[in-house]
Amino acid sequence: MSLQFLADGLLAGLLIGLGAIGVTLTYAMLRFANFAHGEMMSFGAYVAWSASFLLSALAGTAWPAMGPFSITAAVLLGGLAAMILTAGLALLLDRLLFRHLAGRGEAITLVIASFGASMALRSLIEFAFSSSPLYFSSDLQIAVRLGMGIRVTPDQLALIGLTLCLLLAIHLLVTRTQAGRAMRAVAENPTLAAVVGLDVRRVVGLTWVMGGALAAAAGTMAGILVQIRPNMGFDFLLPLFSAAILGGIGSIPGAILGGIVIGLAEAACVQFVGAEWRAAVAFLILVLLLLLRPRGFFGEAA
Amino acid sequence: MSDPSSLPPMPLLTVEGLVKRFGGVAAVDGISFTLEAGQIMGVIGPNGAGKTTLFDCLAGSQLPDAGQIRLAGQRIERLPAWRRTGIGLGRTFQIPRPFPAMSVLENVMLGAKDQAGERILPNWVAPGRVRRQEAACRERAHELLTFVTLASLSHAPAGSLSGGQRKLLELARALMAKPSLILLDEPAAGVNPALLEIIIERLLAMNRAGTTLLLIEHNIDMVARLCRHVLVMANGRPLAAGTPENVTSDPRVAEAYLGGAVA
Ligand SMILES: Nc1ncnc2c1ncn2[C@@H]1O[C@H](COP(=O)(O)OP(=O)(O)O)[C@@H](O)[C@H]1O
Ligand SMILES: [Mg+2]
Repeated sequence: MSLQFLADGLLAGLLIGLGAIGVTLTYAMLRFANFAHGEMMSFGAYVAWSASFLLSALAGTAWPAMGPFSITAAVLLGGLAAMILTAGLALLLDRLLFRHLAGRGEAITLVIASFGASMALRSLIEFAFSSSPLYFSSDLQIAVRLGMGIRVTPDQLALIGLTLCLLLAIHLLVTRTQAGRAMRAVAENPTLAAVVGLDVRRVVGLTWVMGGALAAAAGTMAGILVQIRPNMGFDFLLPLFSAAILGGIGSIPGAILGGIVIGLAEAACVQFVGAEWRAAVAFLILVLLLLLRPRGFFGEAA
Repeated sequence: MSDPSSLPPMPLLTVEGLVKRFGGVAAVDGISFTLEAGQIMGVIGPNGAGKTTLFDCLAGSQLPDAGQIRLAGQRIERLPAWRRTGIGLGRTFQIPRPFPAMSVLENVMLGAKDQAGERILPNWVAPGRVRRQEAACRERAHELLTFVTLASLSHAPAGSLSGGQRKLLELARALMAKPSLILLDEPAAGVNPALLEIIIERLLAMNRAGTTLLLIEHNIDMVARLCRHVLVMANGRPLAAGTPENVTSDPRVAEAYLGGAVA
């Protein structure tokens, strides 16, 4: 039996986990499911593509690939730009939309608003870039055999490495800085955080910045791995929510582990059952979870 | 300019005509008092008198419907809670609620103010400064945990503490922001006698170090030991004020406590 799904699933799962961090934190703090989070991933991927395209145009020639990877320095810089701009987009959505609606109670208003934002962003992207897919690189990658039937491309290895670096940065931010502690406190109990003197509004803003930047990173990497489409983020939505709920709402390590579980389950399904069932996996896990253990596996008691 | 030392000392806290209604009921109904820097003042009164609501208005968890609050001369009644902690107002709760999943140490560190690491950017562009501040913050949190005798539990999840230990944890968290004034809501309630002695002794030590205390307490012995001024509330209104001996011998106060609040 080939264990290929482990390699594919791990990377896909890490990307889902990166995206789910923003979902789980904003869900815990603002008590609503942000449907526009997927579009932040698409937005990030398109920004990264555009920025790397511009950088190549400026240089007058394609930037050289680095070693065995198809990823060029222009793509890395593009990814960085995507993280910054998507953080800005998330902050803008918070200022224009969510902050005002959050004050008026009713979580459903926020959900519908985020649904509207999601559709608007998707249409805008499709309008600007058309619905045909874009690619960061047309280079063919030669896979390396790792044994036990596992083959990975250098790009896959590079992306796993990049993701682990990002996760380390998040871990340090969340455990070794006042901003991170405040984020965890607000995610645990926003009302309590306000009465003990935390500036909840600013902490929520920081969370949008972090969630947006991570969504952009995940979207860009998904784009490098497969392709960039206006619908890519929307297709991530179900895995993102399943991962967030599986990991327990508000838990960052939970979101990552939940993402890995979903990614592995999807990859195993593709390998052993059939690719057409892939989209059903996250849905099935979500339904089972909501029925059996709505608090998730890593969530704390409410 | 006149010599500031010749002016009468400005009170640290001035409350004037404070009113807070819930629906039709005035939980706080025209409370006024002043608190000089360095004082320890007690607030007593039967359950439901509005003491906690008064603290909520002072600390910013509730916005008053009328009245003024001045801290060191500055009007604060409309400021959000985090701004008030930022200008020296600390607070502990009648029912202490730590963040249960976070460690005792982290709960205390959350009380720190004006950390460079509060914002995202310095964490990336000035990591050295953030790291030094973080180390100093951790150090101070350790000292405060030692001060409140919880040092051995620093790394336990705060949810595992007993009720009395949670009160001590809150004290440490409130001290983290170096407040000039701390509001203490029934710091002795539900605390075992050994811990109570520690709390009283620590409060006196804090006061000697210059912190002004405003204290809600049912334990009259404790009030008598700590406070020279007491405000008695009933039905949201001031019932009596004076030294502990004066107010406890006031028949109206005895009546409020025994016969329920006067209507
Ligand atoms: N958030 C609230 N909403 C409605 N009523 C409240 C609220 N907080 C306190 N009250 C009411 O205000 C009155 C005073 O309560 P409180 O300030 O807790 O009294 P104390 O601390 O002196 O026991 C009580 O009647 C209480 O039911
Ligand atoms: Mg009370």
